[in-house]
Amino acid sequence: MKALMFGWEFPPHILGGLGTASYGLTRGMASCGDMDITFVIPKPWGDEDRSFLKIIGANCTPVAWRDHDWDYVNQRIGHCMDPQDYYDLRDHIYADFNYMQHLNDLGCIEFSGRYPENLLEEINNYSIVAGVIARTSPFDVIHSHDWLTYPAGIHAKQITGKPLVIHVHATDFDRSRGNVNPQVFAIEKDGMNWADHIICVSDLTRQTVIEKYQIDPRKVTTVHNAVEPISPEIEAIEPKKNTNDKVVTFLGRITMQKGPEYFVEAAHRVLSKTKNVRFVMAGSGDKMNEMIKLASARGIADRFHFTGFLKGKQVYEMLKSSDVYIMPSVSEPFGISPLEAMQVGVPSIISLQSGCAEILSNVIKINYWDIEAMADAIYSIVTYPAMYDHLKEEGKNEVDQIVWEKAGQKVIDIYKQVLGWQ
Amino acid sequence: MKTICFYFQIHQPFRLKRYRFFDIGCDHYYYDDFNNESIISRIAEHSYIPALQTISEMIAASNGKFKVAFSISGTALEQLEIYVPEVIEHLRNLAKTGCVEFLAETYAHSLSSLYDEAEFARQVQMHVNKIKNLFGLTPTVFRNTELIYSDEIGEMANRMGFKGMIAEGAKHILGWKSPNYVYSCGAAPKLKLLMRNFKFSDDISFRFSNQSWASYPLTADKYMDWLTETPENEKIVNLFMNFDTFGEMQSKESGIFDFLKALPQCAEIRDINFQTPSEVIKNNQAVDNIYVMHPMSWADEERDTSAWLGNRLQKDAAGKLYSISERVRLSHDRRLMQDWIYLQSSDHFYYMSTKHSSDGAVHSYFSPYDSPFDAFTNYMNVLGDFIDRVNAQYPDTIDNEELNALLTTIYNQDAKINQLESEIKKLKSGKKKAVNSGD
Repeated sequence: MKALMFGWEFPPHILGGLGTASYGLTRGMASCGDMDITFVIPKPWGDEDRSFLKIIGANCTPVAWRDHDWDYVNQRIGHCMDPQDYYDLRDHIYADFNYMQHLNDLGCIEFSGRYPENLLEEINNYSIVAGVIARTSPFDVIHSHDWLTYPAGIHAKQITGKPLVIHVHATDFDRSRGNVNPQVFAIEKDGMNWADHIICVSDLTRQTVIEKYQIDPRKVTTVHNAVEPISPEIEAIEPKKNTNDKVVTFLGRITMQKGPEYFVEAAHRVLSKTKNVRFVMAGSGDKMNEMIKLASARGIADRFHFTGFLKGKQVYEMLKSSDVYIMPSVSEPFGISPLEAMQVGVPSIISLQSGCAEILSNVIKINYWDIEAMADAIYSIVTYPAMYDHLKEEGKNEVDQIVWEKAGQKVIDIYKQVLGWQ
Repeated sequence: MKTICFYFQIHQPFRLKRYRFFDIGCDHYYYDDFNNESIISRIAEHSYIPALQTISEMIAASNGKFKVAFSISGTALEQLEIYVPEVIEHLRNLAKTGCVEFLAETYAHSLSSLYDEAEFARQVQMHVNKIKNLFGLTPTVFRNTELIYSDEIGEMANRMGFKGMIAEGAKHILGWKSPNYVYSCGAAPKLKLLMRNFKFSDDISFRFSNQSWASYPLTADKYMDWLTETPENEKIVNLFMNFDTFGEMQSKESGIFDFLKALPQCAEIRDINFQTPSEVIKNNQAVDNIYVMHPMSWADEERDTSAWLGNRLQKDAAGKLYSISERVRLSHDRRLMQDWIYLQSSDHFYYMSTKHSSDGAVHSYFSPYDSPFDAFTNYMNVLGDFIDRVNAQYPDTIDNEELNALLTTIYNQDAKINQLESEIKKLKSGKKKAVNSGD
C-alpha cells in the first residue's frame, strides 16, 4: 500500500510533540510490513532518518520551470532529496507560478519549517506545492498530519480523487482554552469536512472534534500515541544529580495550555511543610517571566529553578535526575512526555485533562486545578518509598508495552477500511 | 438427611476522610462521618432491616427449625449503635429466639492474625466481650477476617479456646476433597473446620440476578434440588456470604427475599434441615485433617491474602502500621486506642489493590477513592499523624521493653502506695481508739 503523508515537523529538528509522533507512527506503520510511505515536510535538513520512508521537501519541489544540470541540483538539494525526484516533480508542474515573489533559483518556494508570523501564508504555499507532488507519483491514500497540512491534503484529494485521512494531533480549542482563532478554526473544519476519515490521538480530542466541530462520530477514530523505545545512548546517560534533596520536574512549554502556574502553587504548598524538595521548570515559553515572578512572590525562589529550553540529551539528563515528573496540563491532546519520563523510571503525576491519562494506570492522576491533590501527590512520592518504587517499576513496565507498532497497525486498518480493501 | 449451615457476615469499616499531608500534626480526627453514616444507613434500610425481619418471620414460621449464624465486626456494631440502633434491637430479638448463633472475630476486622499475635488475641477478646454485652451470648466458633486461615491461625484460635473455625473451601487446599464435610485443623486437631461451599454460596450472593447465567432464574426449589443431588455421604452444606447480599448486592426487585423465605419449606420436603455452626460441629465427626501452610481467604480468584497485601504499597502500609503495635498498647490514651482499632480494618488495604479485571471492580465498589494510589497516600498521611501522636506519648529514646518495665514499676508502686496509705489510715484510727480507750 502506498501512502502520501503531509507533515510539518520531523526529527531531529522538532519543536513539539508533532514531530515525535509523526516519526513514531510512520516507523510503526512501516514495521507492520507492506507499506510504502512518502513523507512531505516544508524544510528537510538532510539528517532525517530515511530508512523506512522517502522524504520530499516542499522547499525542494519546483512550482516554476528552471533549467539546471544534475550537478547543480545535487549541490543545492542533494543532501536532503534525491535530485531525480526534483526532475520528476518538475515534469508535473501544473500552472504558471512565476508571478510568485521569492521563488528561489530552483523555482521552489522557501519555507521556514517552523511557526513564523506568516504561518497562514506558508500553509497556503504548502498546499500549492502539494499539487505538484500529488500529480507526480501514484499512491493509494493521503494522510495529513495536523491542521497546517489539511489544505495540502485537500488539494491532493481534489486532484487525484484518492481518499484523505486527517490526523488531529491537537485542536485550536486545546491551545486557546476555548478562545479559538477563526481562521485556524476554518482550516480545521474544512479539513474535517473533506476527510474520508479522521484519526484523533485521544478520546478527549475525539470528543472535541465531534462536539465542537460537529462531525459524525462514525467518521472519527481514536488511535492513541505511543513512545519510541529508549536508545542505548539514552540508556547510558548518567544522572547528574548533585543534591540530596528530592527533585520535582515540570518539562514542557511554559504556556497557558500546560498549566505552569498550578505547578508553582503546588510547590508552594509542599515547601510550606517539607524542606528537602526542589522544583524545576524546564523549558521556555511566553509565560516564563510570569512564572519567575510568581515563584518569587510566593517566597520559594530559592528552591525553584528555571533551566530554559532543553535539547536532545539534556532532556534525558534532567529526567534521570528527577524524583517526580509532573504534567499539570489544562488541556493536552495526548502528551508523550510523561511516557518518556516513565521510560527512564521517573514516577509521574498527570492531569486528568490529558489524552495519555486514558491509557496509563501507573501514574497519579489529578485535576489540573486541584493544587492540594497535586501537592499531596508530590509529598507522597517523595516521602513514601513504597509509592516511589511502585510507580517507578510498574510505570516502566507499563510504558514498555505502549509501542508504535500497535498504533501503526490501527492506522493501516483504517486505510483499508477507507479504501474498501479487506 | 442433609444440613444447611448459614453464616452471614456484617462488616463496615470507619472509612477515612480526605486527609492531606498538611493536615498532619494539625487534624487528629480521621474519619468521614458523612460517608460512613450514609453508607451504613443505606445498607441497613435496603438490606439489614428487611432481611432481619424476614429471618425473624422465618424462625417463627418454622417453629425454630430455621437457624442461622452471624459474625458482626466491632466497627460495624459501633456504627450500627450510633447510626441505626434498630438493627441492634432486631439482632437482640433474634438472639433471644435461640436459633441464632454469633461468631467471634477480630474487633477491627483486621489483619492482625498475620502480624501480631498479642494484638490478635486482644482484639478477639474485645469482640467476645462486646457480643456478650449486647446479646448475652458467648461465641464458641471463630471466624477470622475475610476467612483468612492458615495452620498457625488455627493454632491460635485453638489456644484461645474456640471449638471450631470457619474457612474457605478453596480448591487449591481441598483438591479432590469436598467442602461438604467437617474437617479438623491439621496443626491443632481439636479445632474443627467448616469449609465454605463457594459454588452454592456464590450462586446466591453473586449469580442470583445475573440474567446471562445459565441457571437464571434461580428458584428455591431448583436450588434445593441441587443440594439433594450432592453425593449421599456429604451431609453438610456451608453457605457463607455477606449479609448485604439480601437487598443490596441482590436488590429486592430481584426476588431475593422471596427466595430466602421459600427456603425452609423447600428444604423440609426434601429432608434437609438447618443448623448453626456449633450444632454442626457437635453433631458431626471430622473426616480428615486440613493443612494450610500459606494463608488463604475467600477473596478474589486467588483465594489468598493478595487482595490486601498483594502489592508493595499494601505491604508497606501494613508493615508500618504493625511496627508500632507494641508501643500503642503501652499507651492508655482512649482516643489513641480507638484510632488504633479503626486504622486496622482490612478495608483500608483492600482499597490500595492494583488488581485489574473483575477483581478490581469488586475492590472499588465501596471505595471512597478514585485510585489505589489515592488510597495509599491518604492512609499513609493519616498513619503519619497517628504515629506522631503515639511517639509523643513517651519519648522514643526509650525502647519498648525498657518502657514496659518502667511503666509496670510505676503502676506497681502506685498500687503499693495506695495499699500503704490505707494501712496507715487503719493504724491511725486504731491508735486513736487505743488512745481514747486508754484514758
